[in-house]
Amino acid sequence: MIRKLFYFSSPQNFYPLAGKLWPLFACLATVLTVWGLWLGMFVAPTDVQQGEGYRIIYVHVPVSWMSMVIYLAMAFWALLGLTFNTRLSGMLTCALAPTGAIFAFLSLWTGALWGKPMWGTWWVWDARLTSELILFFLYLGFIALTSAIDDARRADKAGAILALVGALNVPVIYFSVKWWNTLHQGASVSLTKGSSMQQTMLEAMLIMAVAFWMYAIAMTLYRVRSIILIRERHSQWVADLPEVKALSLEARA
Amino acid sequence: MSAFAAVLKRDLVLALRRKNEVITSVFFFVVVAALFPLGIGPEMNTLRLVGPGILWVGALLASMLSLGRMFAADYADGSLEQMALSPHSLSVLVASKILAHWILSGLPLVLLAPVLGLQFDLSANALWILTLSLLLGTPVLSLIGAVGAALTLGVRGGDVLLTLLVLPLYVPALVFGAGAVQAEISGLGASAHLSILSAMVLVAAVFSPWASAAALRVALES
Repeated sequence: MIRKLFYFSSPQNFYPLAGKLWPLFACLATVLTVWGLWLGMFVAPTDVQQGEGYRIIYVHVPVSWMSMVIYLAMAFWALLGLTFNTRLSGMLTCALAPTGAIFAFLSLWTGALWGKPMWGTWWVWDARLTSELILFFLYLGFIALTSAIDDARRADKAGAILALVGALNVPVIYFSVKWWNTLHQGASVSLTKGSSMQQTMLEAMLIMAVAFWMYAIAMTLYRVRSIILIRERHSQWVADLPEVKALSLEARA
Repeated sequence: MSAFAAVLKRDLVLALRRKNEVITSVFFFVVVAALFPLGIGPEMNTLRLVGPGILWVGALLASMLSLGRMFAADYADGSLEQMALSPHSLSVLVASKILAHWILSGLPLVLLAPVLGLQFDLSANALWILTLSLLLGTPVLSLIGAVGAALTLGVRGGDVLLTLLVLPLYVPALVFGAGAVQAEISGLGASAHLSILSAMVLVAAVFSPWASAAALRVALES
């Protein structure tokens, strides 16, 4: 098992695996999104207090979860990359970052769309909004740092250190802004207390969460394939790939 | 320990030979603090409310101005490489450089803050808490900033990048630093905020030299 894992930690071996896996995850993501949205938009009942407008939570909550999960995943790969000095870890960290940034941005945007009818304002300086905004800045900082360094290995390591420092800081930032000011409604879903939501609503939200999770995996695998090709473009195995060969033949013709 | 003292002394002497760099960032702090009342208006009640936050943001920006210089000169002339090769732990040497940075850029702000606080009509108690919160908070800024400075060492557009990396990480220090003064003004008492700030200094003092040293090694490798 361990041997198998290390086998796939080489970009050369991971490239075909990612190529096989990403369409699978993309299909799952599509099917689950359609199912989840159908449940959320047509089956789930209208909320007593919030009317139809509440339905944006089927996008908002999963997107916010994913923006945090992806940062954790980045920290995980960063730690792995620094300890085992594997090249693939750095590539995966880089591949995760744009998806995480998009999720953080969507979380802020959908939150604003929900906040306008519910709170009467697009933006409040509330703990969760503020920490989500800072998380978005952390993503941007990571992307800016890794793309500013030309040497790919150095970019990976510097990015890994930044991701770890950021991951240590995320809880501190969260609690500091929480004590600073709080208006956001309490968490509707918690593992300890059970959920205060209706069954169908919860189901739809969880399905959407899994759907976005699959989407994130598919996008990451897709992106990491491109990163592998760019970084290994001078190596023989890339030149031997059938799709690369076809391209170079085309270019010659 | 002797290496720690030697690096500290060297950094301080080097900085004092080129005083204008130190003075610039202090002067920046004074100017920023003076610009806000001009932008907001001279209404004393408003100024008293926003004063602590403005002074804290000013301190944040001023300490960041000098961050880029923390390792840059040593990196350019190769002495940083010698430090990495020396038998002493690089983390200890980096800790010493961070302390030097704080003495040169943080401490002057702490000493100046009460004077600038007077411009915002803060009470004597609030001035005292402001000074104390800056005394505890500015080391956090230097410590966190050191990681950012090490990461962006020799990188294209490093200075702008540094601000993008470091400012989000400064948020907790800002929240509790300015919050301490607000809490004192509103009569809640600042001890909780100050305790949390002290905790931040301790945690940052443990992790930051280590992370900065790791980042410096990455920068020196290439």
